[in-house]
Amino acid sequence: MTSTLRLDGVDRSFGDRQVLKNISFEVTAGRMTGFVGGNGAGKTTTMRIILGVLAPDAGQLLWRGSRLTRQDRRRFGYMPEERGLYPKMTVREQVVHLGRLHGLDPAAARRNTDALLERVGLAERGDDLLETLSLGNQQRAQIAAALVHDPELLVLDEPFSGLDPMAVDTVVSVLRERARAGVPVLFSSHQLDVVERLCDDLVIIADGAIRAAGGREELRAEYTLPRFELVVDGDAGWLRDQPGVTLVDLDGTRAVFDLAAGSDDQRVLREALTRGPVRAFRPVTPSLAEIFREVNQ
Amino acid sequence: MNVYQAVRLIAGREIRVKLRDRTFLFGTLFFLLIAVGATVLPALLAGGPSAVAATASVAAPLRQAGLDVRPVADDAAAERAVRDGEVDAAVVAGPTVLALDEAPDDVVKALSSGPVVRLLDPDAVDPLAAFFVPFAFAFVFFTTSQMFGVQIAQSVTEEKQTRIVEILVAAVPVRALLAGKIMAACVLALGQIALIAVATVAGMQLADNGDLLALIGPAIGWFVPFFLLGFLLLAALWAVAGALVTRQEDIGGVSLPVQLAVMLPFFAVIFLHDNATAMRILSYLPFSAPTAMPLRMFTGDAAGWEPLVSLALLLVTALAFVAAGARVYEGSLLRTNGRTSVRAAWRGREALG
Repeated sequence: MTSTLRLDGVDRSFGDRQVLKNISFEVTAGRMTGFVGGNGAGKTTTMRIILGVLAPDAGQLLWRGSRLTRQDRRRFGYMPEERGLYPKMTVREQVVHLGRLHGLDPAAARRNTDALLERVGLAERGDDLLETLSLGNQQRAQIAAALVHDPELLVLDEPFSGLDPMAVDTVVSVLRERARAGVPVLFSSHQLDVVERLCDDLVIIADGAIRAAGGREELRAEYTLPRFELVVDGDAGWLRDQPGVTLVDLDGTRAVFDLAAGSDDQRVLREALTRGPVRAFRPVTPSLAEIFREVNQ
Repeated sequence: MNVYQAVRLIAGREIRVKLRDRTFLFGTLFFLLIAVGATVLPALLAGGPSAVAATASVAAPLRQAGLDVRPVADDAAAERAVRDGEVDAAVVAGPTVLALDEAPDDVVKALSSGPVVRLLDPDAVDPLAAFFVPFAFAFVFFTTSQMFGVQIAQSVTEEKQTRIVEILVAAVPVRALLAGKIMAACVLALGQIALIAVATVAGMQLADNGDLLALIGPAIGWFVPFFLLGFLLLAALWAVAGALVTRQEDIGGVSLPVQLAVMLPFFAVIFLHDNATAMRILSYLPFSAPTAMPLRMFTGDAAGWEPLVSLALLLVTALAFVAAGARVYEGSLLRTNGRTSVRAAWRGREALG
């Protein structure tokens, strides 16, 4: 059975306010699924429902094809958006404690803790009280706490916020390792460039509803406009007069333009070559940020 | 892993953290010193037998009575010795006992022959103990439940404040979390009380106060189950108080009703301890029973069945409070925006699988 988590028609309200409307998507084994949406879109509520911290009003969650239970959830790893560990405990001690709460025996909990602290660069600080660590290091400890029990599914709410670029790289590589080992990873982030770099699949949520979900490249293709970039040696202003071409951006030798349906991009390229050397000619794929803006309109 | 293991892990962590907490350790040490001091110091301060100045003619009976006799040449020398403070008293011709400002009972007794005394109720409690023991019981219950209660609330709020509660709730059932905390507090409170009890008993032995010990013994025996259940009752309330707020600073405000539930019975027992009717009522009310009932056992006012009935009442109440407390705790634990009302928490429990 492949390790797939499926949300199926999940609703949730707080009082009169419905914050999740018929949420359905999948988090698949071995893939990093980026979960993006604006503030208050419903990311954190969705994650809390997956972890069983909140209950859905309607809909169901399936893990490996059957109803998700508390026992399943104990083997999930979770990093909540609002960070926190025990300030008056040492890093090592609380990571071991959390490992044991997730069902590890003492020896395995200690072994995993030591390995993880080493991995996230906290081995030296393991016996310091958490409150004496810098925020960045506390964040690393938090990652270790989420991973200590070798979770079968990872849910990380904004795992990169507050990390310096080096720490981001460390965390990214740790998460990739887990994904390669077959663990489904769901993570949310505001940093769309990081999501773009990292995710295999993408789920976009807005106003409590899923707006787009699927493989990153498929989504890109889906949202790709017939848009091209052309760089020539001379002035590219002549494009303005070409049939079917709408200039989006012109900056001397560089132009970005949309083509009307039925127009031939190769014809435009040939036209350019007759006027001089062409340095670049390529279709423009939208960045995640652009897709995000598009679906949020 | 089953729920019991989770409870044990949670309790284990609470205890480990507490045992490293300086405030807690010094507090315990302080109590131990008080216990030893209160039992040993009076004996030390009472000092040895009085020193008496006397001429050889009256010295014999004084020596027999075990007094510290200082022989002097004549009555004038004896009086001088008293005035100079060299001795507590002097016996001169008459015999007359001289002392500065207080009649020395032991000297007087040594020189007089009293009538034979036969006690008809030799077990009756000596008035000093009758005053001291209720106060000690009430004080121990009051301070312990107050101290550990506040700590339960703080520990609950800490988890909310630091948001670690979200990770914990994802890993273990909310009720296991609550049970672990209450269990840890019970173990620590009982441990601390046992230490104090040992110190008190040792102190009494040291001060050669075995009679009082024999008298208090059974009352202490009853005190333990009453204490445990009473503590359980309050612990549930404290945990709820902690779960309703999101910052340590707010515990004080929200816990006022709990504080009153500890304080009012404490003062009621202290002030009404010689009012039989009031004590009978207090010994059945769940919040005052832990101190009032052992006290009635101590003074011999209660029939044999009475503590059992009171204990059963207390047990039922404690279980009801723990159950209700668990529901409110569940309903408020994940509300991390400001203060939650008990009513909202009661309704707002997540129906988790």
